[in-house]
Amino acid sequence: MSTSISQLNLDTARQTILAPAGLTESDLERVFGQLMTPGVDAADLYFQVSRHEAWVLEDGIVKEGSRNLDQGVGVRAMCGEKTGFAYSDEIVLPALMDASSAAGAIARGGQSGRLQAWQAGLGLELYQPANPLESLSSEAKIDLLRRLDAEARKQDPRVEQVIVSLAGVYETVLIAGSDGRLSADVRPLVRLNVTVLAEQNGRRENGSAGGGGRFGYEYFLQGDRGLNYAREAVRQALVNLEAVDAPAGTMPVVLGPGWPGVLLHEAIGHGLEGDFNRKGTSAFAGRVGERVASPLCTIVDDGTLANRRGSLNVDDEGNPTECTTLIEKGVLKGYMQDSLNARLMNTRPTGNGRRESYAHLPMPRMTNTYMLAGPHDPQEIIASVERGIYAVNFGGGQVDITSGKFVFSASEAYLIENGKVTRPVKGATLIGSGPEVLKQVSMVGNDLALDSGIGVCGKDGQSVPVGVGQPTLKVDALTVGGTQA
Amino acid sequence: MSVTEPVKASRAALPQQAELEQLVADALTHAQKCGASAAEASVSVDAGLSVKVRMREVDTLEYQRDRGFGVTVYFGQRKGSASSADFSPASIRETVEAACTIARYTSEDNCQGLADAALMARDIPDLDLYHPWALEADAAIALARDCEVAALDADPRIVNSDGADVSSHGGVRVYGNTHGFIGGYHASRHGLSCVSVGKQNDEMQRDYWFTVSRRPDLLEAAQTVGKKAAERTLRRLGARRVGTARVPVLFAPEVARGVLGHFLGAIRGGAQYRKASFLYDKLGEQVFPSFVQIEEQPHLPCALGSAAFDSEGVATVPRHLVRDGVLETYLLGSYSARKLGMQSTGHAGGVHNLVVQPGEFGFDELVRHMGRGLVVTSLMGQGVNMVTGDYSRGASGFWVEDGALAYPVQEITVAGNLRDMLANIQAIGSDVDLRGNVRTGSILIDGLTVAGE
Repeated sequence: MSTSISQLNLDTARQTILAPAGLTESDLERVFGQLMTPGVDAADLYFQVSRHEAWVLEDGIVKEGSRNLDQGVGVRAMCGEKTGFAYSDEIVLPALMDASSAAGAIARGGQSGRLQAWQAGLGLELYQPANPLESLSSEAKIDLLRRLDAEARKQDPRVEQVIVSLAGVYETVLIAGSDGRLSADVRPLVRLNVTVLAEQNGRRENGSAGGGGRFGYEYFLQGDRGLNYAREAVRQALVNLEAVDAPAGTMPVVLGPGWPGVLLHEAIGHGLEGDFNRKGTSAFAGRVGERVASPLCTIVDDGTLANRRGSLNVDDEGNPTECTTLIEKGVLKGYMQDSLNARLMNTRPTGNGRRESYAHLPMPRMTNTYMLAGPHDPQEIIASVERGIYAVNFGGGQVDITSGKFVFSASEAYLIENGKVTRPVKGATLIGSGPEVLKQVSMVGNDLALDSGIGVCGKDGQSVPVGVGQPTLKVDALTVGGTQA
Repeated sequence: MSVTEPVKASRAALPQQAELEQLVADALTHAQKCGASAAEASVSVDAGLSVKVRMREVDTLEYQRDRGFGVTVYFGQRKGSASSADFSPASIRETVEAACTIARYTSEDNCQGLADAALMARDIPDLDLYHPWALEADAAIALARDCEVAALDADPRIVNSDGADVSSHGGVRVYGNTHGFIGGYHASRHGLSCVSVGKQNDEMQRDYWFTVSRRPDLLEAAQTVGKKAAERTLRRLGARRVGTARVPVLFAPEVARGVLGHFLGAIRGGAQYRKASFLYDKLGEQVFPSFVQIEEQPHLPCALGSAAFDSEGVATVPRHLVRDGVLETYLLGSYSARKLGMQSTGHAGGVHNLVVQPGEFGFDELVRHMGRGLVVTSLMGQGVNMVTGDYSRGASGFWVEDGALAYPVQEITVAGNLRDMLANIQAIGSDVDLRGNVRTGSILIDGLTVAGE
């Protein structure tokens, strides 16, 4: 039934958020009465209850365990380009009224705004509203940590340290908008990670692997999935033990499939967020319709993928997420919008309004950002490079959206010499220019993959979970920040 | 209701320290009642206001109030932690019980436990950290507007802005444990920042400036902050790339702090006992040139990093981290200290005011001295491997020819190994940046690889 999870989520949100506080819909109407001062165009309340746990195994023993409960309500009033915001970690009527008078003070006269009649907002049904913290017993969680530790250690005697961490979040949100929409989402999110340190002749290197998404911990028990993280972390550390200094300079770079899609997140993703384009501070501002990438490149931001870490049934403003085409065959198609920036740019929100928590304001943010598959065989792509770099794993990246310059740092990379992958090289930062780099994409693989569910995106001090992906692709010229000039 | 009234109402007063001390004491008592052999708890309340003005108009007005309660319990040498923002007695008890439940599943670990009782801070000096600012929304908006207008009016090439921010926050925190230690303090933090955007032909650049202090009267003037943001943006216009080369690099103070940050990460106890440090087992060894002196001064009045005790109640002590280039201490909390067979140095939670002794030459003299090379004013990305020290980051700044800044550069990387970088420091400037927990002037380092065209 297509409405059942949406309705269930709304019922859950009412029961876990409003009922314990004794809040009714008529109380919310009183709050909006205070919030919608003359001049306020739109307003919303964002209620959130979130439970988080984390377990850490190190030195073969379970060293840390923690539980956290966080809850509160954020109150926002918008008046033209102005936003007033206040929040409270107490979900009770007096605190809501206080926060509303503070947030509503942003308006200084104008038309009297009115709350529309309540109606249930519709959301997607991308994941099950189950509590992941209860998806395994504590004993089973610890057993999982121990099995990954043992698996990593048995791979190779050079493995010195193993750290395994398991974390889960169970979050319920309720968004009440001045348009009368009441939307809810129940969001599970889990993450398992393995980091190993390997030592050989006094040289030490680390390797790390993991994954997760919007489901319970049982995901890690399917097949050898969890164990494979341990094997992969060891493999990376051992590769890095053999790595030689990376080259320095501009050269062809082949990026592997999946997580190297962090390229897209940094090079064009942030630059296509609505706020920077409304303000004209992005290197991509005013360039819809222009060619910004090679015709091989079609890039989307898709919050509608089932169970993915970056997916949401509704965004943090109650809008269902969408699959938004950012670049189609090289041409810039559109931006990612939240409601404020969409209203000010006379367009519609794209379900990209996200916030770290009730204590933060929503902004246009990415969900899962990836490039569609192309025509080339990955082997053919590597074979086409005479001298360059093949980079398959990355740490984080960063972008200056105004100049368009971006970086992303390889953590596993190899030299390509005469069309063949040869020696591993040490991690190096790659730097380029967002509006230019995708014009240099000359081959796109047929092997589209998404990352394993590990991405965290930071913007203005707010962190949100995201996904990235891409097929193998070749950038003809990118600057590699190694040490061998 | 007039628009200014709710503003006063929302800048909520902070609770008395005694009130939070009682909460911590109750939590510790409950932990012991639940069978914990030891426990520690901390609680904090922060409140504040921030405004952003963009293109001369109010962009956002935010009121913040954050509360946190965290508890760690020990059953012998098994540990459990829990936290919550709900201060009701029932919730505090539930949080303590959640931590106790966790401790049933964690392992025996003979390094686990409270810090040694003998190390607890005995008297807690007033470090002059709390200077509340009776700043109301209208005044904050006016200040932010003055700041941004100074940037926008600085030059016709300043065509846009990401706005000016004014913020004022105060907080109170209390930490206690079952050794009988309980301590707390109020602290304030105020700031003003501006990001401006310049345009020349098809090129756009942004840069920023900020001021921060515990005392509002010690902030730089709003117009000064705006003008500096504009100057820094304008000087980036016309940026080019440079060819790949091995040259001396001068890290300006605002990024030199980051280089010191990697050093601090490498001497943390956690990195040492895991052998996950490029300075593993280097205690007592020469890691910097012999002219380098690095002190920690945790009791500087009114400073941003000052604290009388660390996050385990251990008294902080002024000390040399580096004397004549030699590493004199690791940064240890009780756990890493026990893992290494040493004693806590009062660094659970980090360092408190790191002071790098300034050299005799200022920024311009160092540029003259380097002759030809790169000045870095901004770094991008996380290309630092703390295990190996391999360092590779995106950079922008200025190319130096004939001892003077020649032109702005961008889209390049600087790379090397941090162990070599620290050892090859040629000079530290007298141009100390006081706006943070790490106080250093510019740092000139020889032999880094710059990658570009």
